[in-house]
Amino acid sequence: MERNQTQKDGVHRMQAEEDRLRTLLLQGLTGDAKAYQACLHGLGAHLRGFFKRRLASLPSEVEDLVQETLLALHNQRHTYHSDQPLTAWVHAIARYKLVDLFRARGRRDALNDPLDDDLQVFASSDTDASDARRDLSRLLEQLPDHQRLPIVHMKLEGLSVIETAQATGMSESAVKVGVHRGLKALAVLIGIQTV
Amino acid sequence: MKTDDLIAMLASGVSPVDAHATRKRFQSALTWGVLGALGVMLSGYGVRQDLAQAAALPTFWVKLAFPLAIAIPAMLLTLRLSRPGMPLGKAWMALPLPWLVIAVMAIATLTNSSPDERVPLVMGSNWLSCAFNIAWVSAPVLLGMFWAIKGMAPTRPALAGACGGLASAAAGAVVYALHCPEMQMPFLAVWYMLGMLIPTAVGAVVGAKLLRW
Repeated sequence: MERNQTQKDGVHRMQAEEDRLRTLLLQGLTGDAKAYQACLHGLGAHLRGFFKRRLASLPSEVEDLVQETLLALHNQRHTYHSDQPLTAWVHAIARYKLVDLFRARGRRDALNDPLDDDLQVFASSDTDASDARRDLSRLLEQLPDHQRLPIVHMKLEGLSVIETAQATGMSESAVKVGVHRGLKALAVLIGIQTV
Repeated sequence: MKTDDLIAMLASGVSPVDAHATRKRFQSALTWGVLGALGVMLSGYGVRQDLAQAAALPTFWVKLAFPLAIAIPAMLLTLRLSRPGMPLGKAWMALPLPWLVIAVMAIATLTNSSPDERVPLVMGSNWLSCAFNIAWVSAPVLLGMFWAIKGMAPTRPALAGACGGLASAAAGAVVYALHCPEMQMPFLAVWYMLGMLIPTAVGAVVGAKLLRW
């Protein structure tokens, strides 16, 4: 009885979390940066819990994988369908990145881990971030200027598109394209580095 | 870079996402691909001379409907495979149905014909080229489809490639049917299907490499 009740509470809590993060994501997709940041923050904590459980033997990889997955979620945010449970989407991307990691490390045996056991990415949350081993700002420096400068000005210094365009002498559309392609290129650099 | 800094960076000045971007992407891929396929068909083969007479026969429409009935569910599945975590649903079941219908009609034709007619019914007059022509005509659609899927995030790249290949091939087969003079069900059941399976296989092999992200 008591156990059933605990399970029910757990299900309710996860559903509430799903609804909260989904609402934030949908707001973020319309360009609401604050909601989007809160969403990524919540997703980051869940991903950390999710990866920690699955990478018990590789604890040093957890934070790198959290960052890589957050970047992937961002780069692929247009692939989320608003009718779809957010859990399913996040889980599929997290799992894809996890399998990538195993493949890169040649740990085929690890693929037998029960990855499909649940869709409960939101079951646990862990805000205790350890330091990432891979420094994304180092990788950012490797990007060509037309991608790096828009990211540095807009995403790190918080300038607007117009201000960034003035500071770099690039057109406004080139600035937007630079940010978009630069973050995708960053994800590719991570992939190359992992292999 | 700390994870919180990364999150702040990703969120800062985040640009809105067009909710219809995916639909538009696949629509333009399909439009340009089919126009390209028409171009290949018209320049390389030409529309069949007797199109007006043929259009009066139900067989002609069956020949168009067969690949079209494969293209629609294949397209739907490709879209779903392009989104992480999207369930594939029941569209799978619709995929073999058109071929099964044609195969039953083919068997009926063959059993009702004399033994010496059977081989020509299957082989037609251009069986060797038909399968490759369908693959060739559908190449522009396949290119468009790969461009569209590449902009998404398929978590099963080989399967997404195969499905995109089948959708492209089926669209190409509809176009090629405007040229091809063969009208026998046994021919369709064998050579059209094989022709559609070539881009499917290409899609699977190329997709496994190219559609990773």
